Amino acid sequence: MGTMDVSIGETKAPPREERVVNDLSIQIATVNGSGSQSANTVLLRSIFQMGIPVSGKSLFPSNIAGLPTWFTIRASRHGYIARRKEIDFLVAMNPETAAEDVMSLEAGASIVYDEKLNLGRLRDDVIYYPVPFDTLVVPICPNAKLRKLVRSMIYDGVLAKLLGIPMEEIRTALEKQFKNKPSAVDLNFKAAQIGYEYTEKNLPQRSRFYLDRIDLTRGKIIIDGNSAAALGAVFAGMTVCTWYPITPSSSLAEALTRYVKRFRIDAKSSKATFAIVQAEDELAAIGMAIGAGWAGARSMTATSGPGISLMSEFAGLGYYTEVPVVIFDIQRVGPSTGLPTRTAQGDILKNAFLSHGDTKHLMLIPSSVEECFTMAIEAFDLAEEFQTPVFVMSDLDLGMNNWMSDPFPYPDKPLNRGKVLTSKDLERLGGFERYRDVDGDGIGYRTLPGTRHPKAAYFARGSGHNEKAAYSERPEDYVNNMDRLNRKFETARQRVPAPVFQEADSSEIGVVAYGTTHWAIVESIDQLKEEYDLWISYCRVRAFPFSQQVFDFIRRHQRIYVVEQNRDAQMFRLLRMEVSTEDVRKLRSIRHYKGIPIDARTVTDEIVAQESPK
Amino acid sequence: MATTTVPSPRKKVNRIGLGPSDYKGGRSTLCAGCGHNSISERIIEACFEMGIEPYRVAKLSGIGCSSKSPAYFLGSSHGFNSVHGRMPAIATGTILANRNLIALGVSGDGDTASIGIGQFVHLMRRNLPMIYIIEDNGCYGLTKGQFSATADLGSKLKTGVINDLPPIDTCALAIMLGATYVGRSFSGDKRQLLALLKGALGHRGTVMLDVISPCVTFNDHEGSTKSYSYVQDHDAPLGEVSFVPFFEDITVDYDPGTTTEIRLHDGSHLLLKKLDVDYDPTNKMDALRLLTESHDKGEILTGLLYLDAERPNFIDMLNIVDVPLATLPESMVRPPRQALDEIMEELK
Ligand SMILES: Cc1ncc(C[n+]2csc(CCOP(=O)(O)OP(=O)(O)O)c2C)c(N)n1
Ligand code: SF4
Ligand SMILES: [Mg+2]
Repeated sequence: MGTMDVSIGETKAPPREERVVNDLSIQIATVNGSGSQSANTVLLRSIFQMGIPVSGKSLFPSNIAGLPTWFTIRASRHGYIARRKEIDFLVAMNPETAAEDVMSLEAGASIVYDEKLNLGRLRDDVIYYPVPFDTLVVPICPNAKLRKLVRSMIYDGVLAKLLGIPMEEIRTALEKQFKNKPSAVDLNFKAAQIGYEYTEKNLPQRSRFYLDRIDLTRGKIIIDGNSAAALGAVFAGMTVCTWYPITPSSSLAEALTRYVKRFRIDAKSSKATFAIVQAEDELAAIGMAIGAGWAGARSMTATSGPGISLMSEFAGLGYYTEVPVVIFDIQRVGPSTGLPTRTAQGDILKNAFLSHGDTKHLMLIPSSVEECFTMAIEAFDLAEEFQTPVFVMSDLDLGMNNWMSDPFPYPDKPLNRGKVLTSKDLERLGGFERYRDVDGDGIGYRTLPGTRHPKAAYFARGSGHNEKAAYSERPEDYVNNMDRLNRKFETARQRVPAPVFQEADSSEIGVVAYGTTHWAIVESIDQLKEEYDLWISYCRVRAFPFSQQVFDFIRRHQRIYVVEQNRDAQMFRLLRMEVSTEDVRKLRSIRHYKGIPIDARTVTDEIVAQESPK
Repeated sequence: MATTTVPSPRKKVNRIGLGPSDYKGGRSTLCAGCGHNSISERIIEACFEMGIEPYRVAKLSGIGCSSKSPAYFLGSSHGFNSVHGRMPAIATGTILANRNLIALGVSGDGDTASIGIGQFVHLMRRNLPMIYIIEDNGCYGLTKGQFSATADLGSKLKTGVINDLPPIDTCALAIMLGATYVGRSFSGDKRQLLALLKGALGHRGTVMLDVISPCVTFNDHEGSTKSYSYVQDHDAPLGEVSFVPFFEDITVDYDPGTTTEIRLHDGSHLLLKKLDVDYDPTNKMDALRLLTESHDKGEILTGLLYLDAERPNFIDMLNIVDVPLATLPESMVRPPRQALDEIMEELK
């Protein structure tokens, strides 16, 4: 490989002049609360209906109305759904950011904008499509209040004309969006049509980008990760959910509430087979979930970083009292008013060891909406099998954005309720010792409160107890208990979801990534192959503790790039703690921490830079 | 001469055939003379006399000397000694998972009125069916005697430090926020405390009992308002509380003119024998007024302060199935394949 002089983040994709079909990105810049959300969803759906793989990401501020919001849509016949750095079409609707939005584009990009923003003179290497939104909206929407909301639909019509989206797809998508409101469908469709007609008459298509019907989305669904995780919980037989509102996890609990009302009301009694409680804070949310887990419910909570901080003491108690509970952590940036509505993979290290003293926890890390569903189910099984808190490490990008997916598979295994002794078992056994390692896997047998047997009861408390759950501060008892907990963790190593590999034939270079970073990696691997003839093997880590296969992967390769979305290289550090001494030096780190989802180009550039002789 | 068999003394058993020792727990490791130990004894008596099945009780606590005490009663009931100030959350989860349990929570004044005040107030609002006992010594026993938020203004620590902040009245708070059975008592008043506890076991809503329970090691000296001698001198009983369980006939040895009879959810009766005030425990305003007045007089008002046998409890409000959520079979908690298919179809 020749020397390269690249500085990260500034390389441009190779120039393309030919007509580009089904491969573009659109960015819509609006103001929060302006009704652009449904216009954006309709646009996304229309492209999806054309059979073109598509993804949408919302970059929104932490307020309800008035601050800038961006929505990016990426259509890709290759099926790439990571965020793309380069924008091909900008829809500039926000006066405050318009100039900056335009200046950040690459040469050759197209801009649909509100005519009165006067953007046409900012630069001359881009294509302008001015649209008089305010003039167009008046005749179709006499109601001034509604106008603000309907106005956004006009750009859907403009883009439909420019890109080649058939208007009937817009109509179908609108019908999906406004299911039971035909008048809303009509009004919005009219707005789209006005945009379409205006473009037809006034704005000839001058850019290279087109959309054309293909057949790559048949049978697929579109869903956000939080709804998917909620569905997982429903089919995992979740019985108690206690939570406290926080973006980006609230929509998980809210989706759950909708689904259980629909699917989990007992037909005979019309009563609920679940309890969902909005607690007073996260301390209470996790406490309730642990109380419920102790008493035998399949219990869960959903939160994000700030909530996790508050849950820390209880997480340790859950670990030591050995109570099953599932904690969905939809990771986001920063504390309090950090960037609360921006994505990150920032809780990896914290959750691995959450609490004080010696604690370590099981973490499952979904990359896709389908894994949000399947891992939610696995999490409940693992929590009960291992009698311990299990963290499901989603993030804002996965949780709150809409993703295309194959339909979710119905669970093929019955619920695994773990080692629970009933009164019948106790009758037979004559008693039990709660924290005794009878089976050699580190997992004891438990009884639930309410078990009708004089020997059923035990007293749950922190780490100071012997095998019989009696209070003890004897060093031997403490060590015995700590070592058993370690055995339990080792047993879990091979029971948690195994890593997924994508291996190149003979490669020195390996990439380790996890969660939503995955989507940038698969695209970057192709870029590296096509543009630089670099062949990369990839190990997608799906859980902590790491399975043996992760260590084997590292052993097989010479240089390992750990790619993640946080500043402090959290997974990199966690791996360094766990891999053998001779493998530690192989590990290298690539981080992306801008509050926006990682893109492939960043990874490609960084690997190329690190691989180039200095 | 005919031989006579001497009948062995009949073992004292309750209506479910258990003896008092079946309600005992481990040996207490609290200081001898600690008020908390007397409360444990009353809990044992109340459960024995009421014929409570120990397997149905879940003992819950936070952290403190008081919170350790569940290990010293009802040894064949499950127990959870959780974290400081968070027993309400543990209790809530436990009852959500298994509505058939009798949740018996023990907390301290530090555990409740300081670190745990947030969870405490929300628990009271919800009217979760449980018994919440504060073993109130006005100090932090376990961390060696610092003031708690129930310490009275002007009361003195052993070290001479004087408390200059007003106390939180946990009973007034509980009444205001929605608890439905609120009382105050004294660990040394066997009769009153036993009656209050027995009544509590028949109630299905939040029972909040603040029991003054002197800490003999750190807070039982002159200048302390939670000492044995102070409470004995300043106890102003509201009335005499008697309790008749649902399985016994109501006796008539109360003078009807001075007795109020209250029927609890399970059919038990509380008899309140009035002393000097014409007190109606179902009147919120009266309860709060009396609490304030006696506080101003330096008196500790004891007895059943407030009772509302009507307000629906949290479990009723959630409309949960009658059987415990914890043990629902898979067929009731995992929707069928066709439900998933239906959702997938909608998402296409
Ligand atoms: C989070 C936390 N902070 C502080 C402590 C230390 N601590 C243990 S017991 C206690 C006070 C207990 O007082 P109280 O609830 O009144 O119980 P008592 O010992 O008086 O019965 C404190 C502060 C703790 N265990 N956990
Ligand atoms: S220190 Fe006080 S509260 Fe603790 S056990 Fe001793 S007397 Fe009781
Ligand atoms: Mg105390």
